[in-house]
Amino acid sequence: MVMLEAKGLTKKFGKVKALNGVDMQVNEGEVYGFIGPNGAGKSTTIRILLGIIKASSGEAKIFGKDVWKDAVDIHKRIAYVPGDVNLWSNLTGGEVIDFFTKMRGAKIDRSRNEELIERFQLDPTKKCGAYSKGNRQKVALVTAFAADADLYILDEPTSGLDPLMERVFQECVLEAKDQGKSVLLSSHILSEVEKLCDKVGIIRQGEIIESGSLRELRHLTRTNLYVETREPLSFEGLSGIHDVQEEGRSYKFQVDTEQLDQVMTHVSQQGIVKIESAPPTLEDLFMRHYEGETVGGEK
Amino acid sequence: MGKEYFSQSGRLARLILRRDRLRIPIWILGFLVMSLLTAVAFDDLYPSQTERQQIASTMENPAITALIGPGYGLDNYTEGAMMAHQMLAMTLLVIGIMSILLVVRHTRADEEDGRIEMIRALPSGRLSNMSATLIVMTGTFIVLALAMGYGLYALGIESMGLNGSMLYGAALGVTGIFFAATTALFAQLSQSSKGATGLSFLLLGVAYLVRAVGDVVNSTISWFSPFGWVLESQVFVNNYWWPVIMTLVLSILIAVVALYLNAIRDLGAGFLPTRNGRRHATPLSQSHIGLTLRLQKTSLISWAAVLFIFGATYGSVLGDTETYFAEIEMMKEFMATKEGVPMTLQFVTMIASIMAILSTIPIVMAAFKLKKEEKKNRTEQILSTAISRKRFLGNYMIVALIASMIMVGSSAIGLSVAGASAIKEGVTFTELFQAIMVYLPAAWVMLGVATLFLGLGRLNGLAWLYLGFAFVIIYFGGILKFPDWVKKLSPYEHIASVPLEDFDWLGTMVLTMIALGLMFIGLTLYRRRDIKG
Ligand SMILES: Nc1ncnc2c1ncn2[C@@H]1O[C@H](COP(=O)(O)OP(=O)(O)O)[C@@H](O)[C@H]1O
Ligand SMILES: [Mg+2]
Repeated sequence: MVMLEAKGLTKKFGKVKALNGVDMQVNEGEVYGFIGPNGAGKSTTIRILLGIIKASSGEAKIFGKDVWKDAVDIHKRIAYVPGDVNLWSNLTGGEVIDFFTKMRGAKIDRSRNEELIERFQLDPTKKCGAYSKGNRQKVALVTAFAADADLYILDEPTSGLDPLMERVFQECVLEAKDQGKSVLLSSHILSEVEKLCDKVGIIRQGEIIESGSLRELRHLTRTNLYVETREPLSFEGLSGIHDVQEEGRSYKFQVDTEQLDQVMTHVSQQGIVKIESAPPTLEDLFMRHYEGETVGGEK
Repeated sequence: MGKEYFSQSGRLARLILRRDRLRIPIWILGFLVMSLLTAVAFDDLYPSQTERQQIASTMENPAITALIGPGYGLDNYTEGAMMAHQMLAMTLLVIGIMSILLVVRHTRADEEDGRIEMIRALPSGRLSNMSATLIVMTGTFIVLALAMGYGLYALGIESMGLNGSMLYGAALGVTGIFFAATTALFAQLSQSSKGATGLSFLLLGVAYLVRAVGDVVNSTISWFSPFGWVLESQVFVNNYWWPVIMTLVLSILIAVVALYLNAIRDLGAGFLPTRNGRRHATPLSQSHIGLTLRLQKTSLISWAAVLFIFGATYGSVLGDTETYFAEIEMMKEFMATKEGVPMTLQFVTMIASIMAILSTIPIVMAAFKLKKEEKKNRTEQILSTAISRKRFLGNYMIVALIASMIMVGSSAIGLSVAGASAIKEGVTFTELFQAIMVYLPAAWVMLGVATLFLGLGRLNGLAWLYLGFAFVIIYFGGILKFPDWVKKLSPYEHIASVPLEDFDWLGTMVLTMIALGLMFIGLTLYRRRDIKG
């Protein structure tokens, strides 16, 4: 079932076009990774999906309802965590957690709250004004995961967390996924996205430049190879080879995944002494797109 | 339909009340205590009609009218008439301040910090936060109006009946509601809380000045000011309710416009244009002191302009005062304190002291900017560079001292430019200029007190309270007959009223030394304390 669907979202801030035809689809039980560099338009897209800013054109639906017109109904079933959490300085973390639950129209589930507070190692009796950035973020995460939402919208939610807390966060996302919940996770931390997400959309300068399942995207990427051969290796006449670094008879290079078969055949003829291959990472994909046209341009 | 806009406004209103569980009651209590005490004091100090009548006659001139508002019932100056004349306009002004601070806090400031974003992501309507704010403000001012009304009535002063007392409360309440509505509007127009606050205070100041000019020159002008409207209710004299009701209607209209604008705009956006800044720092903002100055530039320039206009407005009223006294020859005898000195000078010195206190506000603000920076964690970033604490705080002091010259100076220039051209004889430009400038050392003492609290790192509010006290002493000192020792607690009382009195070298030196001493203590404390984020 489609939980979230956006088609051709465009947003202009004055003359600046922040989004230009963004499409997105998140299905039930799916974790969708939304990645892109700073200023790419992740938060803008998410704000449109939350119905707090209005798209200049295009349409977006969550649970089959229009994100602008039916915002209140939609929000009963979603939980949102922004990247930069600011809270009310003279309320305690505990008060804020309860307030958010009440706003959702839900009953306060003390045991669930306590469990999450425990896991995130939060002191809920402190005033929000005394929390560090990471602790404010934890308050928002606890309120989100305490909510029995159907869709979690998380905008760079781990930006203030330490690695341990990041792991707790990842567990929480996976638990939600196991319960059949959907997640839209915007991030620029690739390892996180690789660990959690089924589907990925990459945004740059307001446009989705790649999207699909992780496997599909890997298909587009290159494999990193390191080989040592008995005979000198020449890449003459081979296509799909990039970034060659050679040192004596050892070679480091990248191969377009489609060309792997052909290249391996060629290399094995020179007598392989040692071979290492690294799986294509999202990072490579990311770099290929963001470092602009220089890397891709060698083709 | 309604759900998309107003859903959960009630719960958000409760959140606001929870956040302001101390703030709002303190404001309300403050107003009640001040007003009720003043009413009692009037009753005590001026028990007989003759005494009150005498006061009335000294109050009946353009300079005073510009300052405190039009007097009604001056020929039958009851305690009630006195209360409405002496207290109401000034209290309305402070109510406006309260309203502006609270509304910006719960609208644009919350939006700027991203708190509204989280609220909007919850099942709440587009306008819920704004309507919650307006509900709480309205509730607050209704409570204040009723408490004030019953409170004044309960004093059992004969001329302050139930109807008048309730109207007095209602006048306060409706003014609060009016400025809540206009501030809500400005919070839509401007994209920043600073901008919204600035515009709202500008409106407040202009409204007060328009009333001042209108009451002296032509009462039609006063109709362009909400203060003019509300004061027209002539509380305790004629008790007209319609100006209060009209103000309420106007406030509702403004609030509706604000709500409409809120509904059609994106979260985080405003309607006034914003522009991009420079790519590189100017030579000025490449040093810390330059940066400190640069960060406050807009605020300092605006304050200087406002003070100049205030000075000029009151300066121009002096002309009318002169004419007025020329017509009533006998008054001179009654009021003159020094042989051969024009009556108008009396008012010059009074206005000078008030302008001096107003000019101190931006000076203290310039120093307290340090505290704001500290709260936003920017101080530690700067202190982590090669700058000592002494230099750091010292730079703020220097900027505040520069501000003191600019602020006191521009009030003085405003007053003397307008005053010298309005008054035909007896007062020169220089005399008017000096009248305000002599207060500089008192302003420095205030700055010293502010530095002291910066050194302590807390209780900044007390510095403002002290300034407020100094204002009360000058503003109500005469009429409320404070004992001398209480008056002497204010530094402004130690300044000789030039040109009525001779310039006091010794006093000036002593005040300057005290100011320096306070700054020094503040500096020492600051070097020892923790920087808080
Ligand atoms: N309210 C706004 N007014 C003008 N420009 C904006 C506004 N909000 C975002 N932008 C611009 O839109 C672009 C996308 O921003 P954003 O969605 O916050 O990026 P991301 O979250 O991916 O880092 C940026 O260039 C940003 O400057
Ligand atoms: Mg962002």
